[in-house]
Order: sequence, then C-alpha cells, then structure tokens
Amino acid sequence: MQVTMTVNGTEVTRDVEPRILLVHYLRESLGLTGTHWGCDTSNCGTCVVLVDGEPVKSCTQLAAMTAGHEVTTVEGMADGATLDPVQQGFMEEHGLQCGFCTPGMMLTARALLDRNPDPAEDEIREAISGQICRCTGYATIVRSVQWAAAHPAAEGTTASEVPA
Amino acid sequence: MQVPAPFDYVRATSVANALELLERHGPEARVIAGGHSLLPMMKLRLARPDWIIDINDVAELHALTEEPDELRVGALTRHAELLDSDVVGRLFPIIHDAERVIADPVVRNRGTIGGSLGQADPAEDLTTVCDVLHARIVIASPGGERVVDMADFHRGPYETACEQHELITEIRFPVRPRAGSAYEKVERRVGDWAVAAAGAALWMAEDGTVADATIGLTALGLEGPAVEAAAVLIGERPSEDLFAEAADLAAAASSPIEDQRGPVDYKRHLAAELTRRVLGRALDRAAHPAVA
Repeated sequence: MQVTMTVNGTEVTRDVEPRILLVHYLRESLGLTGTHWGCDTSNCGTCVVLVDGEPVKSCTQLAAMTAGHEVTTVEGMADGATLDPVQQGFMEEHGLQCGFCTPGMMLTARALLDRNPDPAEDEIREAISGQICRCTGYATIVRSVQWAAAHPAAEGTTASEVPA
Repeated sequence: MQVPAPFDYVRATSVANALELLERHGPEARVIAGGHSLLPMMKLRLARPDWIIDINDVAELHALTEEPDELRVGALTRHAELLDSDVVGRLFPIIHDAERVIADPVVRNRGTIGGSLGQADPAEDLTTVCDVLHARIVIASPGGERVVDMADFHRGPYETACEQHELITEIRFPVRPRAGSAYEKVERRVGDWAVAAAGAALWMAEDGTVADATIGLTALGLEGPAVEAAAVLIGERPSEDLFAEAADLAAAASSPIEDQRGPVDYKRHLAAELTRRVLGRALDRAAHPAVA
C-alpha cells in the first residue's frame, strides 16, 4: 500500500506492506538509520521518534498508522547547520557513550522541553523512564537535558564542527 | 526482526464505519487503537488477524465530557490524556494514581483506556480502577449501543462482553458526593506489570460513617471487587483497625500464583498492605477533596 507521511518536514510516499513497522519504514524505505532499532518489544525505547510532536516507540506502530502524520527523527533535529540545544547539551555534558539510545533520548528530551521548558530533575528522569541506556549513563543524559533547558536558544555548534 | 504476519489494513472513519468494516471482514478482523498490546502479540504470532481496522481517526471516540452525574471518557482517550486531565484527577484521583504507574510515559502516549479494558490482561490496572469506580462500558453494535456494568463486561482474563462485531466506545464513571479513591502498585521496575496492586474508593455519609466502599485487586487472582472486604466498612466509622480488618479480608479473597514476580505469601502480604494503604489515602481524599 502507498504510505504518505511528513518526515522531518518533507512529504514522502513509499509503497510498503501494511505489516511494516514505522521503525523499518524509516530505516529501510527512507534510509534514515539514525532511528535505532533495539528490543522489538516496546521496552527499550531506542526507536523513539516524534509523531505530531509526541514521543512514540516506532517499533510498536505501523507505518500505515502513521500515514498523514508528521514524524521527526534525529536527522530532523538540527536547523540546517545549527544543532538543536538538546544535541548541543549531549555534546557539552557527555550525554552519550555508545550512542545507541541517544537519538531516542534526545527526541524525548526535545518533546519534554517543548512542553515544559524548565523541568525539574525528577521530571526529566520520569520523561526518559521508558528508555534504556545500555551504558547506564543516565546521570549525564539528565545533565545534558538540563544544559539544553538552560540554553534554550543556544548558539549551536555548526554541524561541520561535530567530530565525525 | 519481529514483524507481524501479513494482513490487510483499513482505516475507519466513524463508529458506524468501524462496525461495517468489522462485519464485512469477519471473525479474523481486529481493531487497532494504541496497538501496544495487539502489535506485540502479532509479532509473536499470538494474534494473526487477516484485517486490521485502525480506529485512530474516529474523533467521536476521543472525547472527555463532564456531565453533572458522570464523567464520560471516549474509548480512544490515551493514558497520557487521562493523566493530564485536571477533571479526571479532581473527580477520580485513583485514575491518576494508576496512570502514573501504567507502562512508561512514551507507551502512555499511545495506549488507550478502551484498549486496556478490551485486552483485559489479568495484570491490567484500569480494569481494577473501573471495578472500584463502578464504571459502565458503552458497547456499540450494528443494532445500536448497550451500556454494561463492569461485572457484566469483564468476564475474566482476556475476555470481555464486547463481541467480535462490536466496539467499545465509551467508559462512564458515576460522580457521587463525598468520594475519595486511591490506587497503589508494587512493580519490579518502572513500567513493568504489577507484582500486585490494590485500589479502593470510599463514599462517606454526612455523619462521617462509610456510606459505600469498593476494593479491587490487580494481578492477585481475584475477578471483580473484593465484596466481603468492602462490606465490613459500610455503616462504620473509619479507623485503622477497621481498615486492617478489610485489608485482611481482601487478602483472604485473593488467590495469587507464584511466578517470577514473587511467591504466594509475599503477594498475599501485598494484598493486605496495599489495601490498607489505599483505604487510608481514599479516606484522606474524601475528607480533603482537591480544589476544583
């Protein structure tokens, strides 16, 4: 079936089977491999993307169900060459170790800050409680989100300065 | 990679359209809302529908209406929306208690109240909450709609009164004066199913005695409310001893099974302890209602 949705501001259409999950639509049909695919059981949250601005586990939603909606993946976070303050915060505060949970964590943080620009630490911890960091690096993830909250209009690092 | 077996997909545009689609596509059609029970079951081939009928666009299922004598909650209302609703928290604090510990915030963005009740998992929290609050469930059929009590709706694990060709459309919570309610769950880690949980509601008389009470248990092998435990409260003046007596009766009515979440003795201990706590908190809330 034809599935059309808006991904990172661009309308895309692909012909997929109804059983294809959103995570695989993003990774395989669109080649957006920044969305990671982890446990397959709705537990780990590494596949979190934003659908209409809300965090959703993309392994537990059909691509077909997402047709007509707006999806934001990690590839859509930066504004051109300027990183989102959340991305900048993860750089400043060492919010990632292996990086596997990072896209999902950053998108959940973005949604939290859009709703609540100055969250308390326990509100940050609650927001990311459905996502697992296999490096157990939660302390620095929380500090990264706090950095972003404190620098809402951060003079972001340009993408070319980000170490490869 | 876990992917469901092949099926055909169609979106319903209204309740009437969903009912037509259910009839047209027969016994192997399944309705999807949040999908957080059905899709995992489909990945594991515990469910293998031929047709998926997506009701997420059906706006008439997505309303929260405060009437003078009841709160009407559309079946498609997400867990996160219940938790965000001030009206829900003011009238039925037990719903907020439960929603805070249902899965995790991301799952709560998708899962729905109608889906939770329809799935009827034995460790599902909202079934207990609805038992405790005497909720009534509206079920739409091709011939019209009917309203059923929880006692008639919930038939046991994974089984409800909603037939294959029908749709749960609304949950109605009666509003009564001098009410307090609470829910508490013990889980192994955030987002897990309950080891055990208890919920209670108290409706006080003007003279400070208990006019009515219900107690419900989750994941403790009891279908429906703990009737005998609640009965000892009615007409009595609340006290710690009275709540302890009711809590012991609730534990006696439970029949937990030993599993990876704990042995029988531990779970029965939780049944008593959690019941005692929620009765205390329900009383507190009846005495000090949240400001509108």
